[in-house]
Amino acid sequence: MALYLLRRLGLAVITLWILSVIIFFAGQVLPGDPGRAILGPFASQSAVSALDHQLGVDRPLLTQYWSWISGAVHGDLGISYQYRAPVAPMLFSALDNSAKLALFALILIIPLGIGGGVLAALDAGGPVDRLVSLTGLSLATVPEFVSGIVVIVIFADALKVLPSQAYAGSGAPFGTQLRYLILPVIPLVFEFFGYIARMARAGTIEALESDYARTATLKGLRRGTVIFRHVLRNSLLPTITVIATQIGYLIGGLVVVEYLFNYPGVGRLIFNAATEKDFPMLEAGVLTIGVIYMVATLLADVLNTQLNPRLRTGITG
Amino acid sequence: MTDILVAPVTDATARELPSWRLVARRPGFIIGALILLFWIVCALFGSSFAPHSAYAQQLLATNQPPSSAHWFGTDQLGRDVFSRVLVGSRSILLVAPLATLLGTVLGTALGLALGYLGGAFDAIVGRLVEAVLAVPAVIVAFLFIVAVGPSAQTEILVIGFIFTPLIARTVRSAVQVESQLDYLAGARLLGEGRIRIMVTEILPNVLPTVLVEFTVRLGYAIFTVATLAFLGFGVDPATPGWGSDINANYGVIGAGYWWETLFPALAIASLVIAINLVADSIERVVAG
Amino acid sequence: MTGPALADGEGQAVAASSDAQPPAAAGGETTTAAAASGETITQPTLSVDSLDVSYRVRGRDRLALRNVSFQVGRTESYGLVGESGSGKSTVALALTRYLPRNGRVSGGSISINGADPMRMSGAALRDLRARTVSMVYQEPGKALNPSIRVGRQVAEVYEVAGRPRAEALERSAEMLRRVQIADPRRVMERYPHQLSGGMAQRVVIAMAIAAEPSLLILDEPTTALDATVEAEVLDLIAGLRAELNTSVLFISHNLAVIAKMCDRVGVLYAGELVEEGPASEIFSQPRHPYTVGLLRCIPRRGQRKDHGRLDSIPGFLPQPGHAMSGCVFVPRCPIAAEACRKAPPPAFPTGQDRTSRCYRHEETAELPRNTPADVELHTAPDLAGEPVITIANLSKTFVSGGESVQALRAVDLQVRRGETLGLVGESGSGKTTLARVLLGLTPPDANASVVLDGRPLEPTAAQRGREQLQAMQIVFQNPDSALNRRHTVRRLISRPLAKLAGLSGAALAERLTDLVRSVRLEERHLILRPRQLSGGLKQRVAIARAFGGGPAIVVCDEPTSALDVSVQAAILNLLADLQAKEQVTYLFISHDLGLVRYLSDRIAVLYLGRVMEVGPAERVFSGPHHPYTEALLSAVPSLDGAPGTRIRLSGEIPSAASPPSGCVFHTRCPRRLSSGICETTEPPLAEAEPGHLISCHIPIDQLTNLQDIGPVS
Repeated sequence: MALYLLRRLGLAVITLWILSVIIFFAGQVLPGDPGRAILGPFASQSAVSALDHQLGVDRPLLTQYWSWISGAVHGDLGISYQYRAPVAPMLFSALDNSAKLALFALILIIPLGIGGGVLAALDAGGPVDRLVSLTGLSLATVPEFVSGIVVIVIFADALKVLPSQAYAGSGAPFGTQLRYLILPVIPLVFEFFGYIARMARAGTIEALESDYARTATLKGLRRGTVIFRHVLRNSLLPTITVIATQIGYLIGGLVVVEYLFNYPGVGRLIFNAATEKDFPMLEAGVLTIGVIYMVATLLADVLNTQLNPRLRTGITG
Repeated sequence: MTDILVAPVTDATARELPSWRLVARRPGFIIGALILLFWIVCALFGSSFAPHSAYAQQLLATNQPPSSAHWFGTDQLGRDVFSRVLVGSRSILLVAPLATLLGTVLGTALGLALGYLGGAFDAIVGRLVEAVLAVPAVIVAFLFIVAVGPSAQTEILVIGFIFTPLIARTVRSAVQVESQLDYLAGARLLGEGRIRIMVTEILPNVLPTVLVEFTVRLGYAIFTVATLAFLGFGVDPATPGWGSDINANYGVIGAGYWWETLFPALAIASLVIAINLVADSIERVVAG
Repeated sequence: MTGPALADGEGQAVAASSDAQPPAAAGGETTTAAAASGETITQPTLSVDSLDVSYRVRGRDRLALRNVSFQVGRTESYGLVGESGSGKSTVALALTRYLPRNGRVSGGSISINGADPMRMSGAALRDLRARTVSMVYQEPGKALNPSIRVGRQVAEVYEVAGRPRAEALERSAEMLRRVQIADPRRVMERYPHQLSGGMAQRVVIAMAIAAEPSLLILDEPTTALDATVEAEVLDLIAGLRAELNTSVLFISHNLAVIAKMCDRVGVLYAGELVEEGPASEIFSQPRHPYTVGLLRCIPRRGQRKDHGRLDSIPGFLPQPGHAMSGCVFVPRCPIAAEACRKAPPPAFPTGQDRTSRCYRHEETAELPRNTPADVELHTAPDLAGEPVITIANLSKTFVSGGESVQALRAVDLQVRRGETLGLVGESGSGKTTLARVLLGLTPPDANASVVLDGRPLEPTAAQRGREQLQAMQIVFQNPDSALNRRHTVRRLISRPLAKLAGLSGAALAERLTDLVRSVRLEERHLILRPRQLSGGLKQRVAIARAFGGGPAIVVCDEPTSALDVSVQAAILNLLADLQAKEQVTYLFISHDLGLVRYLSDRIAVLYLGRVMEVGPAERVFSGPHHPYTEALLSAVPSLDGAPGTRIRLSGEIPSAASPPSGCVFHTRCPRRLSSGICETTEPPLAEAEPGHLISCHIPIDQLTNLQDIGPVS
């Protein structure tokens, strides 16, 4: 089993490396001269060239890639063109903010999604099922900024009960931070609750219709026991992996939500870096997202292996 | 050998192309299709029956709330929001289906190759695909648009390329399931070439999956196009487009001018819901 | 046994709570009071009375069971026999009230120990399921929860009956020992996927009898198991039944198994019980045209493809729920008369405790055949000439995740032109792998030599030229998987004609018509797609495909296993006829010894990838033969009655990943030599008599003596 994990880790590292190559060389495709971008259109060419040399953008590409990636591995992510300051601290504080938002969202999404999906499955074809499925579907397909705007209009502007800016200010007490995050969390929950519910529903229906559920029922067990002891542990297994893959989309959703609510998170950071052509920040940001995604899927794999007896013990007999 | 008359358990090998009559009977499909039809008509002929011109600025009547003259009010430049909403479907309905089509065609071809040929090809290309999928679509999309500049072609190509690995992954799974069936061994025993097998033997059987993928991704394409426009990477700021209108008028929400952003937002919501109702109906029928 | 009394107590409670209880409950009370007093128990354990079950499909109600009535007495074993669409599984589901959402009992009643499960409250139903009725299903692996250890699952049965956890686990271990699991504690720690099929089924049986039920329902319990394992499990069931005095309802499509296990039999066809009576009588003197036809479809000892041919039943199995105005068998009955079409026949008594739903049941003894019994087949296998295939030193090793499994080892075989070589073996024998390697679907290990028609055969299909591809084709087991469901029948059959035979245009059209006729399909089938055809028709299309290119050799990989019994016979006869007409050689793979004996000229017996024995069919079957063959033959239940005493094989089939040393069969061989040579050295495949090779250390004359005397205990 340890061997399997090692292999998965190795694969993840390789994939990350490929990603870093793609990011770096894609960045080179973008037109624009960093020196020029920083100093502006009126600076002299010699000043621009000097700055370029200082930034190291006139070195051969491979050298640039190598210094970038080796720096990244050590935590040095370069200097931002926009802010003339190291990328790493800004990125990490943005990550910190985004993590709060994402975690808050997940804490709501996972129980709602799984609970909704299971309830829908238990009532398959009936009114509860239809309600959950339709609600999940409808809400999931509405873009975050749409639900975000609707929510802002209602709660922030009309009712004026919640703030329309998500950032409570650094050092704000936890309770206040939470209150500011309520509105931005809503579009995220709407977006992802539906998909999780759908997976949980499908898994539960499959487990309910299985032979072992029949055996359990025909043993004379109560329906509740059959569901909690026999069905759920099998139906929720695939849902866990699914949650991990949704992390990627969640981060994508963060971009929009952070923009909408003016929240200093990773999404907004990348967005600004892109529009300002701040390559070091941009590349570092995208690479970080890739790392997060890989880690999430790796964790999901580990969890899956631990929880699924077939994978844990190997197939014998 | 069962003699049980229950609706069959969903199983990839049992998927058939949907009987359109069954699909058309579903209420979800009917509602979705009607809404879709409405917006298509608007995209094509909207300017003919809109009450005002979508471009005409009335600088003396900016930011007017909804009234009998302007059902959805006016925006910061005094343009009639209702007319802009009617016409605004055009850009989305142009880009999204084409992008989805591109992604589906490429994704299906790639998925067939990965699923059937397997081996080293799958291992290597699979890694590439995984790497690309690690970054959320929206981010990749706006990175490209920042690089190359916004235009309809760019958006179609970018979104199409982003969808390709996603669709390829699904098609690959379906192809792998098919590969376990004996008729492919039978084809090899006739001496059929690999390409011929993929196209004439496997493809017809994964078409139901491809169809479902297309309709589901179409919803995502609309979502992505609207989001990009909202973020300011829209196709052309001057043309009416829901996303770019929201982007333009979002700043004044604080001043209480909610109608300028709410109505385009609701329009987007309606279109996406419509597509997903249709997609869901098709998927339910295909899956039995 | 406390079963009946306890259940009756429950029955009384139900009678009190649900006022819809018919007077039968009162009758139940008196007879069980009589039981308590020690008099003869007259109330049957299970009583099904005019039962109708219907399913709602696409808005319409379809009858799956119609007017079914039968009884299972105390300690009696009752068999329900039927093919697809007969409704036999529906009976089991109805009895335990586990019909799917769209099914319901639309008429009649059920009585288990006097109580009707359909009228019970939730608590009473749970109690019925926990203590009175138990079920064992077909696929044991799936019947167990994959995420819970086996021990816990068995213990649950005791816990439902109210016992504390520790005691429940104790009793579970005891029960597992009772079903002949040697090391119960270790097995209890395992998860279901770590158990073999036979072991898993024993666990399921243990769970079923742990509750000491009055009624044990078995629905195809051994269909998914190997022959030798099946024999063990059937013996186990018979033994337990004797010990526990439980009533048994045994549902199966396999008449031989039912004949072996049951006292009485009911024959189901299209949802109706067409005949009923004592098993021995029904199988020896059937009195319904369907039963007669069915029995004629099954090969008995002495029947061969040209001599005493299998008969078949014309027509198709009716779609479930198809409404019939008269007797349900009319479309296929050779003696159907006007009266039969008008009204469904009542159950006529045909003897002591026997009934038959046929107006003309007296004439069934001389029921006319559908196919002639003796046929001239012009193939004479060319025994003297060069073999058409010579296989030498063929091995195949599969590598998966670091483990290597040797599926075939040093196989030497020859196949003569025009003969049918039967390949026999259980799971892990390698017979399917051998077929796939020969066809080139997977390459053999190095140093193998396969010579086809004097020329070496390329290892993979991709490397073979058209001639070699043309020479060898296959009929797969499962026609649903073997035919591309998006292609029409015309396209499916035409493709080999174009690709292998190189035909086109008029020549192709002509050959197509010819081929379609020879597999007994019709023109109208050409435009259909596979899912619009029945199993038998699909298999005919597959056969037409195989013969399209004009092959010299056709591999038949379990060609009838996925088909119903009444359809099998027609396909087998078709294969025999085609062989004669097209002069082909068959490699016939099957786990069904009866079929192999019927069709094959020579037989090869495989075990764990090695050839144990090969020789003329009759010699291999009658003896002297390899101890494994001997055991296999004795394990298979047959309608001809038990062939001498049973040879019991101990243990499970070893895993191919770690085969035993020396002779791979030594771990289970009842005739293992005391000298120990069987454990150390692999015996050579040596000629025991002309044309008959056996791989065993025991010399042939000694083997003959031993096998004539009788089996080792």
